[in-house]
Amino acid sequence: MSDLFIARGERLAARKVAGEMVILSADDSSLFVLNAVGASIWEAADGGTPLETIVDDIICRQYEIDRDTALRDTIEFVKALEAQGVMRTSNGAMVEGGDASSSGEEVR
Amino acid sequence: MVSSVVVSIGDVPVSLTTTDASLVALIERRFGRFLVTSARPAFHFDITVVAAGVLDADADLRVTATTDRWSLQRGDFSVQLDTSARRGWIRQTLNPYSIDSILRIVHTLILSTEGGFLLHASSAIRNGRAFLFTGPSGAGKTTLVGLAPGDVTVLTDEISYIRRTDRGYVAFGTPFAGDREESGEAVSAPVASLFRLEQTPENLQERLGAASAVRALMRNILFFTLDPALSTRLLDAACDFAAVVPAFRLGFTPDARVWKTIA
Repeated sequence: MSDLFIARGERLAARKVAGEMVILSADDSSLFVLNAVGASIWEAADGGTPLETIVDDIICRQYEIDRDTALRDTIEFVKALEAQGVMRTSNGAMVEGGDASSSGEEVR
Repeated sequence: MVSSVVVSIGDVPVSLTTTDASLVALIERRFGRFLVTSARPAFHFDITVVAAGVLDADADLRVTATTDRWSLQRGDFSVQLDTSARRGWIRQTLNPYSIDSILRIVHTLILSTEGGFLLHASSAIRNGRAFLFTGPSGAGKTTLVGLAPGDVTVLTDEISYIRRTDRGYVAFGTPFAGDREESGEAVSAPVASLFRLEQTPENLQERLGAASAVRALMRNILFFTLDPALSTRLLDAACDFAAVVPAFRLGFTPDARVWKTIA
């Protein structure tokens, strides 16, 4: 069991573009682009939903992947984003830090 | 004697006033095609020329922008701008480059409030429509417009000026020059398309998806300061642009045949 919670990083701008999430850091102007799976995780990272729930409800439901692999890959993914300052993780629920727009707005 | 010149780039006239005749001559030479006499200036700057040594010559560029006050500092200039009064004060050494850099920064900040941007891109008008060619240094921005046939008007070989207007996105000529050290023409046209340049063995053109277009834009939009509000506006500007302007990957060998497919 994992009791990991994830939240979007701070001082970031994000927009969803054709299914991908484009994220710009206001600190060092780095640009990150998350694919559709990454975008789903990013959108669900509200600080209050356990990562396991996100994996069950979003990853496993949308993609054909077994739960253990999905959970392992997702943890690896969010840890990599955390190292870049794009995501925050915690072993307890976090109060959502970003503003409403940080979850991204779709552009086609 | 006090002299004023008005430099209008992107239909934004900026008045520059100084008592230094040598600086006026430098400005007139550098911005010749963009000098206007009749426009009502959107911004006024008073320029004081100072001796080298008065400013910290080694200082890197530092830009701070709050709602009503902008401050720009570099080794060769110091600028304060009151945005509500649309009035600024420049202290600079006598050279043609300071005011060029100051105008780039000021226009970047102006455009960021209205969904436009300056882009590392050459641009040109053909058949009444503007084409943008973006990419990193060495991608061929200057080369491409240097190969343009006679019916093409070059807007810039280095820095493109994009405004969002009621009639869509419009590209304006700029005096901001690259390797050719040659000013663009002071004209404008609606933007037809964006090309991301790369040099390839054969000419090719492929449509880019919106996400790839946003990536190309974000890597080449000019900005000199970034806070969360400005980064949101910049990303919005790039995404909004990519949603309506078609973007292409343009691979080309450096010869004039590439222009056969740009019209």
